[in-house]
Amino acid sequence: MIAAAVVALLITLALTLIRAFMGPSIYDRILAVNSFGTKTVLLIVVGGHALGWFSYVDIALMYALINFVGTLAVMRFFEQYSPDGEQL
Amino acid sequence: MMIIDWLSDICLLLGGILTLTGAVGLLRLPDFFTRLHAASVTETLAAMLLIIGIMLDTGLTLDSVKLMLIILIMIIANPTITHALCRAAANGGTTPEVEQPSKSVTQTDLQNSSDNEVKTETEISGKEAK
Repeated sequence: MIAAAVVALLITLALTLIRAFMGPSIYDRILAVNSFGTKTVLLIVVGGHALGWFSYVDIALMYALINFVGTLAVMRFFEQYSPDGEQL
Repeated sequence: MMIIDWLSDICLLLGGILTLTGAVGLLRLPDFFTRLHAASVTETLAAMLLIIGIMLDTGLTLDSVKLMLIILIMIIANPTITHALCRAAANGGTTPEVEQPSKSVTQTDLQNSSDNEVKTETEISGKEAK
């Protein structure tokens, strides 16, 4: 059943990446990238447990924290600046 | 031991199904806010189910404590990001695609349709102004 979860996560990553590339607005892209990061954490946890990696949980923990801070930073930037770089 | 394995399998299967449905919703729904709604389901419930499935498989070790910490971070961080992203999009001028209520009127509404149309238009413009 771990293999099924890994396959589902890989398909999810592909679909999320499609939305990130074709998203009409900038917020769609931010949402897709944030969702991609969350699914990457899950893939590290599930795949690392399945393959028996050493200390995969620490990497997943660090990735979750960095994903949170990075998404917040990009979102605060585009709340005040347009995608061209001009201040709103 | 057998029951714990079954519970772990059920959690992993449900988590996989939920991530798939969330991704399909993220790809196919028409509006930014509906896409946000579809994605926010996967980022809390599906993540919790998948990590709980792995926790039941690892047993009571230091790894399961760290996995619990990941669940805690995700529960706090992901709804915060969803809320802040929704507010940033609403401030940045993204409006939800509202279907006109006059398309699905009944017979009694058709008799005094002029009043209804005026009222719904003012309601919609009031919502957009907010």
